[in-house]
Amino acid sequence: MSEATMRELEVAVWRGGDSGGFVTYRVPERADQTVLDVVTFIQRRIDPTLAYRYSCRVGMCGSCAMTVNGRPRWTCRTHVATVAKGGRLSLAPLANMPVIRDLVVDMTEFFDKWRRAKGRFVPAKESPKGFARVPPADPKRRAADAGIECINCGICYAACDVVRWNPDYLGPAALNRAWTLYNDVRDGDRLGHLLAVAGDAGCHACHSHQNCMEFCPKGLNPTASIAGLKRAVAGAYLKGEL
Amino acid sequence: MSAKTETLVWLAQRISAMVLAPLVLVHIVTVIYAIRGGLSAAEILSRTQGSLFWGGLYGLFVLAAAIHGSIGARTVIGEMTPWRGRSLDAAAVAFAVGLMAMGFRAVGALT
Repeated sequence: MSEATMRELEVAVWRGGDSGGFVTYRVPERADQTVLDVVTFIQRRIDPTLAYRYSCRVGMCGSCAMTVNGRPRWTCRTHVATVAKGGRLSLAPLANMPVIRDLVVDMTEFFDKWRRAKGRFVPAKESPKGFARVPPADPKRRAADAGIECINCGICYAACDVVRWNPDYLGPAALNRAWTLYNDVRDGDRLGHLLAVAGDAGCHACHSHQNCMEFCPKGLNPTASIAGLKRAVAGAYLKGEL
Repeated sequence: MSAKTETLVWLAQRISAMVLAPLVLVHIVTVIYAIRGGLSAAEILSRTQGSLFWGGLYGLFVLAAAIHGSIGARTVIGEMTPWRGRSLDAAAVAFAVGLMAMGFRAVGALT
């Protein structure tokens, strides 16, 4: 074995529930290794009781997000070489969600808020006559397209200060989703989407810290979506539609 | 609060901020000018008393500050402490009313 493959990473992994602690493991360092590779190595070779989530391994499913060296990241697309400082990694569950065990958090509230923000398409009452024509260059469609690639990984929610301060706050992902639906001209209740996010813990609670934008692995800008919602809600209010 | 009230509160916060920004500048510049010029309290009062301009300016200042301060305090308290809900809303309204009462009393004395 060459010296390069002999090198080891020192990996501190959160074990237990909310009141757990870090346990350190030594994992061989390899070329092009992802953080998820490291977690999988620990679970398969060192301690099979380690709980963590993953599915697609290619940045599509949004299930492998964790706190890596203090920052929320998707672990399947994060190379160890880009984040490990001096061969050290610290892996913890995502913040702002209750820990079930080890690296697994309970995302129930996250998805409940998705529902509370009315984050689902509402079909029009009458059946459409033929296909809806939506020009890709239409400003509304562009606004929707800008936020549509969300994979529900929960990273923005874990990074958000307002979620930490106000547990009722709907959060960046749910609000971003509401914004894409509001801009979908085929949606049958666009005003309903605004109403759902205009309350006490909705879009107006955002302080535009932009942590969501900073950490979104898909490069989305939920802060801009929320700002759009604020403008749309204020506009609807002034027109007496709210 | 309802979606409607929350939106009104948000708008009031933005508009009061827009009003306050130039007023704070005018206030600070005036204070520095008056102090550097060595004006006494009696001399300042002789200029402000009976002045619609200063009365109007500081009246607007008091109104905007009471609205902006109470909404902001409600947000900060709601985020930093467990106190939320109707009692906090009521306290914010009481705070705004108190600020206005004290502010308008001062404006009245000035003009």
